[in-house]
Amino acid sequence: MIHVIAFYLFAVMTVASGAITILSRNPVHSVLWLILAFFNAAGLMILVGAEFIAMLLVIVYVGAVAVLFLFVVMMLDIDFAELRAGFVRYFPFGALVALVLLAEMVLGIGAYRAGSLSLGTPDGTAATPAGASNIEAIGALLYGRYLFLFEAAGVILLVAMIGAIVLTHRQRTDTRGQNIGKQNRRRPDEATFNVKPEVGKGVQL
Amino acid sequence: MIGVEHYVVVSSILFVLGVLGIFINRKNVIVILMSIELILLAVNINLVAFSAFLHDLTGQIFAMFVLTVAAGEAAVGLAILVIYFRGRGTIAVDDVNRMKG
Repeated sequence: MIHVIAFYLFAVMTVASGAITILSRNPVHSVLWLILAFFNAAGLMILVGAEFIAMLLVIVYVGAVAVLFLFVVMMLDIDFAELRAGFVRYFPFGALVALVLLAEMVLGIGAYRAGSLSLGTPDGTAATPAGASNIEAIGALLYGRYLFLFEAAGVILLVAMIGAIVLTHRQRTDTRGQNIGKQNRRRPDEATFNVKPEVGKGVQL
Repeated sequence: MIGVEHYVVVSSILFVLGVLGIFINRKNVIVILMSIELILLAVNINLVAFSAFLHDLTGQIFAMFVLTVAAGEAAVGLAILVIYFRGRGTIAVDDVNRMKG
């Protein structure tokens, strides 16, 4: 019973905060509702026993991606009212596309409920071993059968990181920063020095 | 009792919301990127639900890779957004085709 209540709570909250994310006027509010949607989706995943993915969702999405969104939204000085100009104009077409998509999905689920589709049976090689926790089983698979895919995921993250840095890095010419090479090349004879000329003798340059 | 179809319903509603968000916020790239995140979240819920109900962990592994790609996509997308804003002072995507070299 408590399981069912928790499912409906998380499901309704996920869908509602997803809806407010796309409808909200202020993108900062959108990001915050998106975070709530992620939290509730993580709750849904915990309900089916996928704790690792749920925690990953909270750490990666809420901790990294959503905060990145918040940074960018707050850093850029944007007139958001102007960006909403086409909202009403695009709504009917968007709603039409969304309804068609939803109808197709409902049709698919209806076909499954009617019994004409079967989910298939897994071969059991990737099942959770008896007595092992979710994280243990995922770790064994990830560092065993899917090791190369796991490393490929690391390469994808590396490429994304380098790409983001290369894109946003800029050489500024209007500032006078420290030039360490120039400092190290400097010799004493080309430096300025203090002289104390006697009165009336003048200075030898 | 909660079956896999309940999860599929939730994730399809979330997916459709993401698609709708792309259409109705056509000028605001930030919200479009957030809608894409919503779509990927829906996909992840689907993968995890099927993985749990079929007792096969492959779905959860795949959800992790989807998460990886989503994080990379958000980072690169926001980087492009920042340099686009730096050059033009706005993020309206009506004339983004000027970006082509």
